[in-house]
Amino acid sequence: MSDTVGFTSQDSATRISMGNAITAEELASREDRASEEVARYALILGDDSLMLAQRLGHWISRAPELEEDVALANIALDLLGHARFLLTYAGSAWDKTEDDLAYFRDEEEFRSARLVEHENGDFGQTIARQLIFSFYAYALYSRLLASTDETLSAIADKALKEVDYHRDHAAQWLMRLGGGTEESHRRMQTGLDTVWTYIEELFIDVEPTTQLAEAGVAVLPSALRDEVLTQLSTIIEEAGLRVPQAKGAFGADRSGRYSEHRGFILAEMQVLAREHPGATW
Amino acid sequence: MSAQKPHLQAVEPDAAQVTEDARVAADQARVGWERFQEIIADDKRIEPRDWMPDDYRKTLVRQVSQHAHSEIIGMQPEGNWISRAPSLKRKSVLMAKVQDEAGHGLYLYSAAETLGTSRDETYEQLYTGKAKYSSIFNYPARTWADVGAVGWLVDGAAITNQVPLCRASYGPYGRAMVRVCKEESFHQRQGWEILYTLSHGTQAQKQMAQDAVDRFYGPALQMFGPPDAESPNSQQSMAWNIKRFSNDVLRQRFVDMIVPQAEALGLTLPDPDLKWNEERGHYDYGELDWDEFFSVVKGDGPLNHQRLAHYRAARDNGAWVREAAAAYADKQAAAQQDAALLSA
Repeated sequence: MSDTVGFTSQDSATRISMGNAITAEELASREDRASEEVARYALILGDDSLMLAQRLGHWISRAPELEEDVALANIALDLLGHARFLLTYAGSAWDKTEDDLAYFRDEEEFRSARLVEHENGDFGQTIARQLIFSFYAYALYSRLLASTDETLSAIADKALKEVDYHRDHAAQWLMRLGGGTEESHRRMQTGLDTVWTYIEELFIDVEPTTQLAEAGVAVLPSALRDEVLTQLSTIIEEAGLRVPQAKGAFGADRSGRYSEHRGFILAEMQVLAREHPGATW
Repeated sequence: MSAQKPHLQAVEPDAAQVTEDARVAADQARVGWERFQEIIADDKRIEPRDWMPDDYRKTLVRQVSQHAHSEIIGMQPEGNWISRAPSLKRKSVLMAKVQDEAGHGLYLYSAAETLGTSRDETYEQLYTGKAKYSSIFNYPARTWADVGAVGWLVDGAAITNQVPLCRASYGPYGRAMVRVCKEESFHQRQGWEILYTLSHGTQAQKQMAQDAVDRFYGPALQMFGPPDAESPNSQQSMAWNIKRFSNDVLRQRFVDMIVPQAEALGLTLPDPDLKWNEERGHYDYGELDWDEFFSVVKGDGPLNHQRLAHYRAARDNGAWVREAAAAYADKQAAAQQDAALLSA
C-alpha cells in the first residue's frame, strides 16, 4: 500500500488497544491448530463474548454520561478481542477465519447463552447482565489459566485482567444504583430480576466441555456455580438489593435452543458481509 | 470569615469604598490587559488564571464547545455502523475510533470548564439546539464506504484545521488539540484504508467507495467555514493567535493533500474544475454550494433533527442514572463526615 500520500501518521490503522499481549492476527499465524473438541469449546466461550460485545456496542453514543460511553465501549472492545482470539483459534481446526465463523454461521450454529443475547433494556438491566457475566467470566478465566492447552491459557491470561476491570465497573454501578435514588433502586432490582432467569445456563455442563475438563483443557461450568452465585449474592446484598429467587428458565443448554433475540442480532451483524460473499474488507 | 451568620440587612454602600474598589478593578484590568497583549505578541500561552478580555474568553468558549459538540454528534454516523461492520477487525477499529471521539469530547469539555463554563451548561446548549456543531454530521452515513469517507475526508479536514490549533494561544485548548490530533491522524488513515480496500475490491465495493466520496467531498470542503470574505470572526481569532490560517488557506491545503491521495485510491473527486495550477503551485477547485451549507447550518440538513433527537434521548434516558450517581456520592460523603465526627 502506498505510504507516500501525505498522512501525518504512518502508524498502522489497525491498532486495537495498548499493550496487547497477543493479537488475533498473531494467533491466526500460529502453527498450532485446535483439535475438533477444543475448537467446539472455544466457540462456546467466543460466542458469548461476541454476542455481548455486539449488545454493548449499541450503547456507544447512547450512554447516560460521556464517561460511560467510553467505559462501555472499552468493555465491548475487550469482549470483542476475546471473541476474536477464541474464534480465530476455533477456526484453526477447520481452516476457517474468525470472520467465516462470525459472519457465515447460521443461527443454530452459534453456542452463546441466552444471557448475553438478552436485550440491553435500560442501564440497570445492562449492568445486571454485566455483573453476572463478568463475575462468571472472571471465575472461568482464572481457572482456564491452568489449562493444558497453551493457547487457551494465553487467552485466559489476557482476558482475566480485562474482566477483572469489567467486574469492578459492574459492581460499582450496582452500588450506586442500589443505593442512589428510589427510582434507581427499583430499576436495578428489576434489571436483576429480569436477567437472573438466564443465569443457570452458564453453569450447565455440555459436551465437549465435560470431556475436555477431565483432560485439564477446559473448565467445568458446574464447578463455577457456587463460587459465582455466592459472590453475586454477597455484592447484591451489600448494595441493599434482593437476590432474585427466580428458577432458571427452562429450555436452553447451548445446543441450539437459543433465544428469540439471536436471529435479530445476527441479521444486523451479518447483513453487509453476506451481501458481498467472498469480498475483502 | 466569621462562623456566625451575618444579619441580613440592607447596608448603605460606602461611596468612598465603591470608588476605591472600582479603581482597584480598573488597575487590575489595565495590568492584565498589558500582560495579555505581551503574551500574545510573544506568541506564548494564556493560562486559565491569567486575565483575559471577555471577548477572548467568549470566542474560545464558543469554539471549544462547538468542537466538543461536533465530537459528540460525530459519534452517531459512524456509531451507526458498529453493529454491521463487515469484519471483526473493522468492528474493533471502528469501536475504538468512536470511543476516541467520546474521549475528545471529554478533553474539550474540560478545556471549556477551565474558561468557567461548566459541562452541564455546555451540554444544555447542545440539548436545546442553541449550540452549533460541525454541519457535516447532519449528512447520513448510508453505506460502509461512508465510514471510510468520513475517516478520510471528514477527519482529514478536521486535522488540517486542528494541527495549527495545537499552537492556539489558550494553553488548555492547545494541549487538548495535541492529543486530539494524534488520534485524528490515525482515524484519517483508517478511513483511507477502508476506501483503499474497497476501491481494490469487487466492482460493487469500488462503486460504493466512489459514491461515498462523491457525497462527502463538497461538505468536507465546507468544513473549513465560509470563504474568507464572509467569515466575520476570523480576523479577530487570528489576531489573538487562536486561529493561525484563514478558512480559504486551510481549504486549499486540504485540497492539495487529498488530490494525490484520491489518485492513490483510484477514485475521482466530483469536481470538474479541479486541476493543477502551475502558477499558484496549488490545485484550483470549483465553486462550492454555499446555499446548501447555510441551510444545513440553519437546521435544514438531511439529519439535523435525527441527530439532536438521538442526543436528547440519550440524555433523557440517562437522567435517572446521573441522579442516582449524584445521590449516592452525597450519601457516601455524608456517611464519611458522620464517621469522622464519631471518631473525633
